[in-house]
Amino acid sequence: MIKDSSYKKHIPTVILAIILIIYPFASGNNYHINVMTLVGLYTMIVVGLNLLMGYAGQISLGHAGFFGIGAYCSGLLNVKMGLPPWISAIIAIIFTAGIAYFIGIPTLKLKGHYLAMATLGFGEVVHVILSKMDWLTDNPDGLADIKPFGLFGIKFDSSFVMGQYFMAWIIAVAILVISMNITNSRVGRAFKAIHGSETAASSMGVNIAKYKVQVFVLSAVYAAVAGCLYAHFRQFIAPSIFQLHTSITLVTMVVIGGQGNIWGAVLGTVLLTWLPEWLTVAEEYDIMFYGILLMVVMIFMPDGLVGRLTTLFHRLWSRFSPRTQAEENG
Amino acid sequence: MIRIQSLSTFYGNIQALRGVSLHVDDGEIVTLLGANGAGKTSLLNTICGLVNSRSGTVNFGEKDITNTSPEKIVKLGISQVPEGRQLFSELSVKENLIMGAYQHYRKRKKEVYNHLEQIFHIFPILKERQEQQAGTLSGGEQQMLAIGRALMSRPKLLLLDEPSMGLAPKIVSEIFKIITDLREQQKTTILLVEQNAHVALKVADRGYILETGRIVLQGSSEELLENKEIKRAYLGRGYKEVWE
Repeated sequence: MIKDSSYKKHIPTVILAIILIIYPFASGNNYHINVMTLVGLYTMIVVGLNLLMGYAGQISLGHAGFFGIGAYCSGLLNVKMGLPPWISAIIAIIFTAGIAYFIGIPTLKLKGHYLAMATLGFGEVVHVILSKMDWLTDNPDGLADIKPFGLFGIKFDSSFVMGQYFMAWIIAVAILVISMNITNSRVGRAFKAIHGSETAASSMGVNIAKYKVQVFVLSAVYAAVAGCLYAHFRQFIAPSIFQLHTSITLVTMVVIGGQGNIWGAVLGTVLLTWLPEWLTVAEEYDIMFYGILLMVVMIFMPDGLVGRLTTLFHRLWSRFSPRTQAEENG
Repeated sequence: MIRIQSLSTFYGNIQALRGVSLHVDDGEIVTLLGANGAGKTSLLNTICGLVNSRSGTVNFGEKDITNTSPEKIVKLGISQVPEGRQLFSELSVKENLIMGAYQHYRKRKKEVYNHLEQIFHIFPILKERQEQQAGTLSGGEQQMLAIGRALMSRPKLLLLDEPSMGLAPKIVSEIFKIITDLREQQKTTILLVEQNAHVALKVADRGYILETGRIVLQGSSEELLENKEIKRAYLGRGYKEVWE
């Protein structure tokens, strides 16, 4: 769609917002609300990764690294230098963007498997650095005593479940809306064009290298935002979450939800964050289950769940309204 | 319009172009013929700035555009229809065309949409299919879209890379009809790269023959059509005569 002034495109966002507002009151279970807060944080990263993978056609197996840099940078600035959480978060986001920029310039010249390996390497380097940082954190297990966010005297600490939930989701929905606007713009078309054919895109005058780095930095910024929120919500961070396992889970969320579809990112995240909760019986086997799920999705619905559901919906729609069918055939 | 002098291009250690010189005058259709691997696409990619040359110069009008970035080349008025069409298959037909005017879109949206209508006028089938995904078009329609997309940047010089590839003879003549119309109606200068020498020489004013990175022959289309060597190697005629 080039000119999409219709109100229709806002419907999914409004529905999501309503569900999100009702959910914590309907659930009433603090644990479940906390899981949904985590879903909100992951949604931010996955939306960015979806822009990178589904729209621009690049891959990153190192996004847990940016998540970690954001979290640790904000946490350290807060704990060691005593900066207020908001300030430390902003500095952490800018710092992560800078790192993504310098990593992105050489890395994004690579393609396919090479890019996957390079980003994977980056993620592991970050994990190793964070693991060896106990001289700085005074604690081999991680960084403790991070201050929670405060707003008008209210502290968003772990006892204020609702506050964290709404803060996470307001930011996540904002990121969602920003990203949707990007995909519907000239820049979004350029991303898709790069995905379609790099040669053709650059002969149209698209500066491929610039756009690749831009989208990479943007996705890293989203991950850093999630990282900062994570650090100040939990008030304790450990390196173990910022490693390959998380990076792969993030990529799986993108693929299962549907590459090149922002809503896919939301669905994929919700599904994969809740699955382990439902699969507690088979706890040890969750990675195996992810693997099988990934295979099934790649084989039977390469467009992901949202892509598949949209096609199904269109098919049903045309079956029940003969007029549209006739129009399509004509 | 464009003058190329002793251009040499390498891919690593492999030399693709060995001192190629050619020119295309305003309003001309010039064809560049050659077999697979002769260096035709390399030449176009060097002109477009997709590949850098090691020596030689490319002059466009008065300007030296040797090894300029692809973005600047498009801005100067050279546009390529790449080999194998290279459409953005996930984008709709209309979006593909808009991508063609990528450089103008931000500042001159209105102009771009006006121009889109002109393209739809040249290719009515694209108007019918404008909301369809480019990947779902037939081969001929895809070629038309690729040409339309290249025209969206309002090029002074259009580079066509094997527009006949993989198309039925009837569609090929349709495409070539459009190419001649372009020159007459839009005054576009065209450099046409082809393997199908017969069709290409019919529409072109002049031609060059490229073999293993060198220009081995040049002349007007009539001369080339009559040339025995061309007849044998590119037109598949008089094969026995020469060899006996």
